[in-house]
Amino acid sequence: MKKIEAIIRPHAVDDIREALLEEGFKGMTISEVKGFGRQKGHTEVYRGAEYQVDFLPKVKLEIVVSDNNVDSVVSTIIKFSKSGKVGDGKIFISTIDEVIRVRTEETGEDAL
Amino acid sequence: MKIDTGDTTWILISTALVMFMTPGLSLFYGGMVRQKNVLGTIMQSFIALGVVTIQWVIVGYSLSFGPDIKGIIGGFDWIGLKNVGFDPNPDYAATIPHQAFMMFQMMFAIITPALISGAFAERFKFSTYLLFVLLWSTFVYAPLSHWVWGVGGWLRSLGALDFAGGLVVHISSGVSALAAAIIIGKRKGHGHDHMPPHNLTMTLLGAALLWFGWYGFNGGSAVASGALAVTAFMTTHIAAASAVLSWLAIEWKLRGKPTLLGAASGAVAGLVAITPASGFVGPISAIIIGLGAGLLCFYGVTIKNKFGFDDSLDAVGVHGIGGSFGAIATGLFASKAINSAGADGLFFGNPSLILVQALSVLVAIVFAFVMTWIILKALDKTMGLRVSQTEEVEGLDLSQHGESGYIF
Repeated sequence: MKKIEAIIRPHAVDDIREALLEEGFKGMTISEVKGFGRQKGHTEVYRGAEYQVDFLPKVKLEIVVSDNNVDSVVSTIIKFSKSGKVGDGKIFISTIDEVIRVRTEETGEDAL
Repeated sequence: MKIDTGDTTWILISTALVMFMTPGLSLFYGGMVRQKNVLGTIMQSFIALGVVTIQWVIVGYSLSFGPDIKGIIGGFDWIGLKNVGFDPNPDYAATIPHQAFMMFQMMFAIITPALISGAFAERFKFSTYLLFVLLWSTFVYAPLSHWVWGVGGWLRSLGALDFAGGLVVHISSGVSALAAAIIIGKRKGHGHDHMPPHNLTMTLLGAALLWFGWYGFNGGSAVASGALAVTAFMTTHIAAASAVLSWLAIEWKLRGKPTLLGAASGAVAGLVAITPASGFVGPISAIIIGLGAGLLCFYGVTIKNKFGFDDSLDAVGVHGIGGSFGAIATGLFASKAINSAGADGLFFGNPSLILVQALSVLVAIVFAFVMTWIILKALDKTMGLRVSQTEEVEGLDLSQHGESGYIF
């Protein structure tokens, strides 16, 4: 099992959610996060006082899937997130040792 | 004296309009501070409605407008509003009940100390603030308003023109704000931490309420309904609109983007500058004064960076500088063709008015600065002006009032 963590532009998240549901994935977690990479931030000016805003709002989407589904999820995320400009985000993939569904105590891929 | 119902109606409406400027100011300021200080900032304006009302009834009105003592101060004859009844007082307003004039003036006394609070936003201790408002109203506002508006007041006798409070309200509060910003010192983290305004929608709503109330502030200062009230009403609106445009234009040119905070600030700058001139100038003069105020105050709010004081919400840059400009502009643009009870300014063939105006500005600046300095130094030694560092970090809302502005 793999966990896919994608830090993406906030506007892309609805399209990704719908596409993944259609592909049969049943859940995911998102959080509103802030950060920066190569995009850097922007400057705001209030009555001449300049503020450098370093951290920009992004959404972190987390989904745990079986190994053979990783490629399709990644390509769906890229399909809706990629604009070709800096700031499109990053995807991290890591191995998950165990999953347990609390309600039934099922484990492994049955719990996904 | 016969009471005129039209005049009385207009003054009562104007009184209510000016009353609403104080909550308007609280929103204007409240939006500009950080989220943790929104209630503390709003409170500093709003509480003036409580404190100054009682001060005004008991001593303030008598000291400001009571029978003159040597041009310096009003006497104690009207303490507790004794002898302030329904009969008109022909010295001030011959066609409305004396109490209506007293109430109208009360609203000016309320908003003036609240204006100062912009200079020391986000760090003033509430208990000390209450006493500061009381002392400032009694020892700064009362004498100054007597000099300029009281019958027998020495600046009034010299011929200084201040239609609706450029000297008494805006210069006095703006200069006191300077003294306060210097004495109390900078906010913790100033110049290092991010302190952007937390809600500019609130600030714009506040500016709009100020604009709305200003029709009463200036229009009502005719103390009658009729042509003069209309003149002041009109010039007030024109100057505000002009200053919005000029502030935005220069901001757009020099900083690349026209901001909403710039539009709101421009409106207030224009309103401040037209205040002393509003009943003495015509529409084209109002445009010039408004345009000038927008440009001047755009630069005015940057002075603090050069001199290194933390006038957090620009009470000095807008009210001190805009008010001074307006008082001088009155000496340039005033015309007897507009108001026969006024005087001609420099551009209408009378060079002497500008000298009187300049003198009155200088007197107001020195008096307000020195008195405020003394009051604040005394309070600093006894009660302390600032909240503790921990309280400042926590924010005024929680540390001073035990509540939060936003529960999401």
